[in-house]
This record gives sequence, C-alpha cells and structure tokens, in this order.
Amino acid sequence: MDVVMLSRLQFAAATMFHFLFVPLTLGLSFLVAYMETKYVTTGEEMYLSMTKFWGKLFLINFAIGIVTGITLEFQFGTNWSRYSAFMGDIFGSLLAIEATVAFFLESTLIGVWVFGWKKLSKKAHAIVMWLIALAGTTSAIWILTANGWMQHPVGYTIRNDRAEVVDFAAVLLNKFAILEFFHTVAGAYVLSGFFVMGISAYHLLKKQHIEFFTKSFKIGLVFGLAASIFVAVEGDMHGIHVTEVQPAKLAAMEAHWETTNRAPIHLFAIPDEKNEKNLIEIGSIPGLLSFLGYHDINATVKGLKDFPADERPPVLITFIAFRTMVALGTYFILITLTGVYLRNRLIENPLYLKVMLYSIPLPYLAIQCGWVLAEVGRQPWIVYGIMKTSDAVSPIATSQVAFSLIGFLVVYGLLGAVAFYLIAKNAQKGPVLNHQE
Amino acid sequence: MDLQTIWFLLWGLLWAIFFMTDGFDFGVGILYPFLGKSNEDRRIMINAIGPLWDGNEVWLITAGGVTFAAFPLLYAVMFSSLYSALMLILFALILRGVSFEFRGHIDNHIWRKIWDFCIFTGSVTPAILFGVAFANIYQGIPIDANGVYQGNLFTLLNPYGILGGLVYLTFFMIHGAIWLAIRTEGDLQERASIAADKLWPVVLVMATVFLIYSKFATSLYNNYFAYPILFAVILITVTALVGIKLFLVKRNFFRAWFASALTIVGATFFGVIGLYPNMFPSSINADFNITVHNAASSPLTLKIMLVVVIIFVPVVIGYQIWAYNLFKGKVTAEDLTY
Repeated sequence: MDVVMLSRLQFAAATMFHFLFVPLTLGLSFLVAYMETKYVTTGEEMYLSMTKFWGKLFLINFAIGIVTGITLEFQFGTNWSRYSAFMGDIFGSLLAIEATVAFFLESTLIGVWVFGWKKLSKKAHAIVMWLIALAGTTSAIWILTANGWMQHPVGYTIRNDRAEVVDFAAVLLNKFAILEFFHTVAGAYVLSGFFVMGISAYHLLKKQHIEFFTKSFKIGLVFGLAASIFVAVEGDMHGIHVTEVQPAKLAAMEAHWETTNRAPIHLFAIPDEKNEKNLIEIGSIPGLLSFLGYHDINATVKGLKDFPADERPPVLITFIAFRTMVALGTYFILITLTGVYLRNRLIENPLYLKVMLYSIPLPYLAIQCGWVLAEVGRQPWIVYGIMKTSDAVSPIATSQVAFSLIGFLVVYGLLGAVAFYLIAKNAQKGPVLNHQE
Repeated sequence: MDLQTIWFLLWGLLWAIFFMTDGFDFGVGILYPFLGKSNEDRRIMINAIGPLWDGNEVWLITAGGVTFAAFPLLYAVMFSSLYSALMLILFALILRGVSFEFRGHIDNHIWRKIWDFCIFTGSVTPAILFGVAFANIYQGIPIDANGVYQGNLFTLLNPYGILGGLVYLTFFMIHGAIWLAIRTEGDLQERASIAADKLWPVVLVMATVFLIYSKFATSLYNNYFAYPILFAVILITVTALVGIKLFLVKRNFFRAWFASALTIVGATFFGVIGLYPNMFPSSINADFNITVHNAASSPLTLKIMLVVVIIFVPVVIGYQIWAYNLFKGKVTAEDLTY
C-alpha cells in the first residue's frame, strides 16, 4: 500500500473511533443538564441520582472523545501536509476558531463539573452542564463548517498557489455545512436517546429501579423520537442539496450508471464497478431517485458513466452505506413510535424492552455509515472539485505511516475495549439511590 | 508592526501558555510514581491536577490550530517533518488523558498499576519530546527546497536536541512539584517541596548550559545582539528562575509557582524571539527557511483570526483563572473524586 492509502486508512480509523464516543456526549450532555435542572427545581433526590448515573457514562465517553480529538487536528499537518498548505487559509482558521470559542469552554468546565459539586451552588453546578452542552454543540458547528467546506467549497479564490478566503460570510453560511450540522447533531441525539432507552430497558427487564428507569426511558424516548423524525426530514433536504452540488456522490449512492429521466431506486443491487453496471437489481421503483433528488419523478439524473472514470467515488461502499443508513433511520422512527404507544406499560412488554436493549448499537452503525457516505462518496476529491486526495498527502516515508497506523489500531483497539467494558459495567451496576433502598 | 509579526508573537504566546499550564500537569505525572507512595497519595496527586488538565491541554490544540490558520505552510512542514515525534506525543497524551478517568473505575492492584504506568509515560514523553522538537527548530531542521524533511526521528536526537529535552523535562518537573506543594498537605507536601528544592540546582545548570550552548548551536542570539534591549527577556527569565529558589526558601509556594511559570514563558520567548523572522529554519540552506512571511495566511484571514483571538482569548483566560481560583485549595482525602 502507498502513503495515500495508508494515510486514508489512518484518518478513517482515527475519525471513526473518535466518532464512536462524541455523538453520545453531544446528546447526553443536554439530557444530564435537564436531569440536574429537574433536581434543582424539584429537589427530588431521584433526579440527583439520575444526573450522577448518566453523568458517569457521559464522562467515560467524554474522556475518550477529548483525547482522540487532538489526533484529528494534528493529522492534517502530519499526514496531509500538502492539503494543509493549500487549504489552511480557510480550513485552518475554522479549526482554530473551534478551539478558541468552544473547545476551551467545554474542557475547562468539564473539570469544574466533575470536581465542583461542593464548590458551587446547586444552581451554578447545573448551569455548568448546560454550558458544556452548548459548547459541545458550538464545537460541532465549527467542525462541520470545516467539513462542509471540503464537501462544497465556497467563498474562496485560488491565489498564491493556494485557496484563500475572499468571502468569510459565505464560508460560514455554506448551505452544505448547515445541513450537515443539523444532520450530524440530530443523528447524535438519536444515538443518545437510544442509549438511554436501551440501558433503561435492561434494568426494566430485570425489574430493578423501576421508577428511575421508567423516567429515564421516557426522557430518552421523547428525545429519540423527535430526533429520529427530524433527522429523516432534514436528511431529505440534505439529499436534494447533494444532488445539486455533488452529482457523482448521488449517482454512486444509488449505483445509477446511465443518465436517464424518471430514474429508479433499487432496493437491492450489486454494483459491478469494472463493467459499469449492476449485476443484480431487485425491487426497482421507477422515478423514485428523480423524486428524491429533485422532488419530480420525471427529472433527469446524471449517471456514473457520464462522469470521467477518475472522478467517480467507489460505488459499492457508498451504495451500501447509504442504504444501511436509510434503513436504520426508518427503523428508528417506527420503533420509537411503538414506544410512544407502549409508554405507560413498558414493564409488561419485555419483548419491546429486549428489542430496545439490542438496538443500542444501531444508531452507532447508522452514524458511521453516514460518515462513510459523506467522505468516501466525496472521493477522489479531498476538497470537492479543487484538490484530489492523492495530491494532498504529506511527502513522508511509507514506513512511518505504516508504523503509526499499526500504533493507532493497537492503542485504539485496546482503549475501545476498555471503554466499552467500563460503560457496560457502569450501566449494569445501576444508580446509587440515596432516598430509598 | 505588521500583521505577520503580531501573529508570530501570538503564536509564541500560545505555545508559552501551553507549556506554562499543561507543563505542571506533565510535572505532576512525572513525579507521580516517585512522590506517590500510597494509593491515597496517588489519588491526591491525580485530583490535584484533575480539574484543570483538560482545559490546559486545549492550549496545545489552540497553538496547533493557530499554526494551521495563521501559518499554513509552517503547519504543513513542521508537522510532517516531526511526524514520528508528534505521533509519540499524541499516543502519550491519549494514554495520559484516559488514565485519569479509567484508573479509579476498578478496585484492583494490577489495574491501577497499568494506568499508573500510562500516567508516567504519558507525561514524561511529551515533556521531553516537545523540548527536543523546539531545540531542533532553534538549531535548524534538514528540510529541502520543497519543505520535505531529509531525516528521521533519530536525526532529532542530537546533543542540542537532547539538551532541549532535558531542559523542558526539568522545568516541568519543578513546576509540577511546586504545584503539588500548593495543593497538598502533610507528608506529601513535604516530599513535593523537597523535590522542588532538589530540582532547582539541576534546573539552574540545565538553563545555564542551554543558554551557553545556544550561542554555538544556533543563531538565536543574532536578534539579541542586533537589538540589545531584547536581552531583558533573558534577564527576566533568569531573575524568575532565581525567584523560584527565594520563594521556596520562604515556603511561599504560590509565589514560587508564579516564578516557575514566568521562567517557562520566558524560556519559550527566549527561543521564539531568537528565531524571528524564521519559524522553521532549514539546516540545509537558509533559502529554504520557513519564515513569518512565506508561511503566513492571507491578510484577510489574519485579520479575521485576530478579531477572534482578541475577543476570545481574554475570555478564555478569564474563566480559566476563575476555575484555577476555585481549585487552589488543598486536596484532602475526604474530597477525592478519582
């Protein structure tokens, strides 16, 4: 393998690992803030136990999220130095702003929250968690503005052999980035809702801490349902915009080879990239792709064959990732709606609880698929239409990248195992209730 | 002063604040196996930096981010040239960070040993490697006309580079020892203050040798001889270094800590000022140097970023001071979180 491929694998490994932990912190921070606020306003000890129980799980995730985040920033310089030199004028400033306006606040306050129970008033302590949640969200805005710019660069000019900013407002108001932000954050909320529901279901199945986990489940349910519906509706808008600005990605998502009007969607297909066709197509719905892309069943959708072969993204991965994401998204809506129906007799429905327990990993999978679609679907470009990934890599020795990639796989593999073990252990142990037992 | 020069000074300042703040976290992590005799000692040591290290580490992310934003070419050449050293630093920082969180989760001797090892290794590695990296930058790095590095990790381990590593190591150790003396009491405080006393002459020797060796290994002093007023920076740094000792003798640990903080900031600026207008000089040919001018972003980006930094960095410093103030008291066995 060459430096480009190894660096891509390393970036993928580091990013995907980072994003196993960050989405939960984005959503759970708000839920913990809500629980702590309930404690402050009602004075009920149960809400304090909730804050501490879910807060502990939040902190394990936060610890991994924060330490793996540094790697992502630094990798642009270590592995993608040509990209950094070319794009730093715009891309670098977005990362620097993120650290200055958001990450500082989040990281400083997390220490205050963890160690400050006795040092702050109850009210101030709850406010700290709200600020952590808001800072995390602000952080996501800047990071996704940066990624959105790689997807759909705006407000720049090529000057002095690099991309220089000419219209910073355009960079900030990039429609692609805004859609991506809402999609990513809503996806994170789905994950957080399912996490809370799944762990609550575990305890309800065992008939322990029933009041505690029924309340927790309902909080997760409201959050998860709202986010599941939002992410689907918003995803549709995002899809239309992708059709407009990244037509090659759309064609790859659907394994759509020939330019046609009334373009179909295949529920299942096996793309054959060598021969530029699909080996099997099952369940084709005519006009659906035209409808999704343009909200018009007769619209013409450009096929992959009409893109130069070296400007097409890998079809199979993109196709599978998109399908998995959409199927899971549909499932999330249906299963949370079922939850609304069963909400007052959860304990009498062990089957539903079991389904929810085993659904915990599914939003993780959906989110990873979403990122694979966004990033692999953008290939061969690192910045769409301006710079190819193969031109962006650092002029460094293959052996260096091979060693660091192995290092990442080993360290992250061990860390991931320990982290999920600790999350499971703490989740199973259940809350410490002061007011009863 | 032009925009690029303002940014150069801000760049130096961000690195200096990172070394000043996370520096004592590193120091505590390095002293950890030596001063933490019992499990309770070790827990107190972790809790002494626990509320603050997260926020401190963000200065590194910001220093990196600002390098990327204001000097993209420097970011590209510096980070790819120092690839292996930076990867080691990253792994170390990852292990250190999770150790604080993980260690207390399971009550088992071996489990704790594993994370104790990670805390020490995760602190000593970046302490030394940042010193090695910066000393090599002062000295010049073998980069060609295209900014491509012509060496490997071991190229950096030359005498001056190693000396730089030892300077940072000992600076951070004394800084951490003093911090521990502030936040602990009893035996542990006694051991920390003895460690600071013993470290001081070592730090003094290191600093002196480094100042002298720099005259021969680098061209840092050219700027000082051109503008002798700049020697004030060295004078202030040395005074602060002497101040550490004076305040240690008086057992005034707060003041001693401010003195060691000033020493670290001064030492960083000693090198940064000497570099100007270079940021990453080439040891192959001065024409290949990465400078303030050939590395800087467009004036528009520099202006936008300047507005952001002028507004937000003081805000950050403000709430960090608030957090420090909240946690300046003694950590006792009763209020251990981890």
